[in-house]
Amino acid sequence: MSTAISRRFFLKTGVAAAACSVVSSSPVARAANALKEGKPIATLLDISKCIGCEECVYACQESNEEKFPEPVKPFPKMYPGRVPVMDWSEKRDVMDRLTPYNWLFIQHATVEIDGEETALTIPRRCMHCTNPPCVKLCPFGAAQQFDNGISKIDSDICLGGMKCKTVCPWLIPERQTGIGIYLDILPSFVGNGVMYKCDRCYQKIEAGELPACIESCPEDVQTIGPRDEIIKQAHALADKTNGYIYGEHENGGTNTIYVSPVPFDELNKAVAQGPGKPHMKPVKDTMAAANNLTTAMMLAPFAGLFAAFGKFYSMSKKED
Amino acid sequence: MERRTTMSKYMYLITILFLVVTGFSQMPISKRYYIADVPGLAWTAEFFVTHYMHYLFSIILIALAAYFLVYYLLVLRKKTSLTVFGYVRSGLIGGLIATGVLMVIVNLPGTPFPATFIIILDLAHLSLCMTFLGVSLYALLAKRRWLRSPGHGK
Repeated sequence: MSTAISRRFFLKTGVAAAACSVVSSSPVARAANALKEGKPIATLLDISKCIGCEECVYACQESNEEKFPEPVKPFPKMYPGRVPVMDWSEKRDVMDRLTPYNWLFIQHATVEIDGEETALTIPRRCMHCTNPPCVKLCPFGAAQQFDNGISKIDSDICLGGMKCKTVCPWLIPERQTGIGIYLDILPSFVGNGVMYKCDRCYQKIEAGELPACIESCPEDVQTIGPRDEIIKQAHALADKTNGYIYGEHENGGTNTIYVSPVPFDELNKAVAQGPGKPHMKPVKDTMAAANNLTTAMMLAPFAGLFAAFGKFYSMSKKED
Repeated sequence: MERRTTMSKYMYLITILFLVVTGFSQMPISKRYYIADVPGLAWTAEFFVTHYMHYLFSIILIALAAYFLVYYLLVLRKKTSLTVFGYVRSGLIGGLIATGVLMVIVNLPGTPFPATFIIILDLAHLSLCMTFLGVSLYALLAKRRWLRSPGHGK
């Protein structure tokens, strides 16, 4: 099974595979080529394998510790007064939801499988949408998407306005007040900290390593590879296990594909939801409505042009 | 003729008004600063609504810009010419359309531009808008028209 990750790792393995004349058949080499060609990578999460041990949660925290916020206190007084201060710095050990210090958590669900009550556990984090609204709609470009499909919030640019969270169908990013560039601008009036979320351990990927959550999992819940290959694997797994797929089409497609032994509407009803605890509902493509206007935008200059020529023609006719 | 000019003038003003409102609403300020609490303005805090509206009015602005450009070249240029303020505002609208179109491309699936370029694009679009508003406000107060000859000005 393909578990290749970073460019360096992929390329190294790809070259080795080529030397062994197995390039065309090696999934690792295909994944290497995907990154080389700037294609997105995705992860497949087999929910039936997860035992809820939270190894991935601990590994995520350890791997990303350096990125966690160290806010300056006391926080600036906010105007108007209703602007909420969000401080998680004294609650860093919270692990049952997403926070600025916990970018991955385990969601619990009790469902019925073949007439038997079964406990399922689901690792939840950013879905890394293929066209992420958090990235595309950030008014200052603080959220970015890499060619490999990873979306990341740049903590040096983010003002903490929380628009990324508002437009995220799963409300994933979490805010920490008292840190970031807003402190150097107008801290009481503009911004409110920095938003944090999973960045797929991009620094490990750059170093040729697996993301911490994948590397640490004792049950191999996650598989990573080129998105098209991961989609095929997800369908093969779902066919084999009579399972269900989530993430392939949600919000126009994501780079996180879940395969579950029970339908996702059942799973969605069974998981605890609320702040920092995302749902598993169907999600329409949030960027599609506006993007569908692109053709009209391309035609707009021609409409103006024809109107002007029409007016010119009627005026010329009148003058004649 | 006069009625058409008045209609296109009001169309332009309404388009600019909505573009400015929906454009500034892309920043998370509407809810924070009670704008969305004003009866009838709750929509300004709905990012997908304002985003969609911004696209719609951009389409109208692009069509109007093409219309006025061609009409100026074919008809008006023979009778009059643009003032300095006319040129400045035309340039700023051109810049806003150019950066806006690039931002529309950014919003399509895929990552066609580097992150730094997108930041520059966002800031350029905002700066052009602020400059356009400043110039337009001054032109309004100082009664500076687009065209030299009265009767054709916007």
